[in-house]
Amino acid sequence: MMKRVIEYFKSLMLLELLAGLSVTMRYFFRPKFTINYPEEKTPKSPRFRGLHALRRYPNGEERCIACKLCEAVCPALAITIESTRREDGSRRTTLYEIDLFKCIFCGFCEESCPVDSIVETGFLEYHFENRGENIMTKDKLLAVGDRFEAEIAENRKQDAAYR
Amino acid sequence: MIEMIETAINWIQSQYLIWTLIKIIVITLPLITAVAFYTYFERKVIGAMQIRIGPNRVGPLGLIQPFADVFKLLFKEIILPAKANRFLFVLAPVITLAPAFAAWAVIPFNDFLVLADVDAGLLYVLALTSLGVYGVIIAGWASNSKYAFLGAMRSAAQTVSYEISMGFALVGVLILAGTLNLREIVLAQQGGIFDWYWLPLLPLFVIYMISGLAETNRAPFDVAEGESEIVAGFHVEYSGAAFAVFFLAEYANMILISGLTAILFAGGWLSPFQGVPLLGDTILGEGSILWFLAKMIVFMFMFLWYRATFPRYRYDQIMRLGWKVFIPITLVWVMIAALMTVLGIVEKGV
Repeated sequence: MMKRVIEYFKSLMLLELLAGLSVTMRYFFRPKFTINYPEEKTPKSPRFRGLHALRRYPNGEERCIACKLCEAVCPALAITIESTRREDGSRRTTLYEIDLFKCIFCGFCEESCPVDSIVETGFLEYHFENRGENIMTKDKLLAVGDRFEAEIAENRKQDAAYR
Repeated sequence: MIEMIETAINWIQSQYLIWTLIKIIVITLPLITAVAFYTYFERKVIGAMQIRIGPNRVGPLGLIQPFADVFKLLFKEIILPAKANRFLFVLAPVITLAPAFAAWAVIPFNDFLVLADVDAGLLYVLALTSLGVYGVIIAGWASNSKYAFLGAMRSAAQTVSYEISMGFALVGVLILAGTLNLREIVLAQQGGIFDWYWLPLLPLFVIYMISGLAETNRAPFDVAEGESEIVAGFHVEYSGAAFAVFFLAEYANMILISGLTAILFAGGWLSPFQGVPLLGDTILGEGSILWFLAKMIVFMFMFLWYRATFPRYRYDQIMRLGWKVFIPITLVWVMIAALMTVLGIVEKGV
């Protein structure tokens, strides 16, 4: 009985509410987590899987040898490859397309590639404005590769010890 | 040149209607601006309490954000629901907004800055703050929507219950001050922070603030809106400018309650350093409109603070709190306040 009376008067002091208020007030002065996105960016892992790219050797020759391992391993069937025999006798792709709407960015293509040709870059700020732009053609993939070659090479180097 | 201006001012002052109109505009325009920036302030404060930084994109520090919001709302289409009562549907937001602004007529900003120095000022304010709920009920009914109607019903029941405890809290102030005139109520609190009525009427002060939250349908008493239960309550069907008016009314009401709390319990424009040696003799010890605004801002901040802290009350618990806790406490404390005046513990105002 006595205990209940004490409890009652304790509840009138609003102690729990004051405790809650003090918590929010403490948080009010905490340094904020917010990252001002276009100006600041979160750090990315060298293993980040963003937009795809096809790489070249330093002499300008494309790495892809049309082995079609990536096409075979792709769980979303997003990759289409057609190949032919070039004049010098080497096997090369005539068509290399990735449908970005189908792609699930699992990174299997990158892992399966014996010559490190198809890779996923750290680039993620791309968009489409028209139908059909979601198909990454060979030209587009090579262009992405040329644009980010330094970054791609650096990321491969950092991750090499764990592969 | 100076004489011309003087004659012009004299002429305007002689024209009672124009002069009053000017005074009304001088009060209303800053009020609307205050409402706009209050929404910004709310987003910043709640953001900070959730360890975010809040709006910072539109203008420096995001200060233009409220205007961007207003323009967005104004350009949107107002949709009239099928079978809604057209006339009442449009009238409802206006009914909600008007009392929130009209109540400012009797609020004294300092000893002489008051639009209407009415002797029954407190009654007038009490009447107008309870008028606001009619707008909510009409909006809920005119929308012809289940959710809007539920929200309106909840709001009506809640406002009616908390009106009583709020009224009794005011009775405590009346007993100590001995007057209904808001200016005289403030003057009765002369003499430093411990002579203001929050101390002798501490339980009533707390209850008044909580009832103020309930009256304005703010968290944790926002069951009338209750987005997770009844979408947005009484204003589900409102969009565009009509919704903006409801929004404006809610924030104007919050500012009004903050101002009233400052006047009734925290000594209005009086300085907290009044009568303190050294500090009390400097300019800080003098009462001014700045003290009034500072106190208002403190109470306005508390509204946001509560919203960031407390989860929404369950509906039956709100009713229990209002009827079974607040009303008994206020009744008891009104008696104690009366005893305090009779025994001379607190100096009677007038």
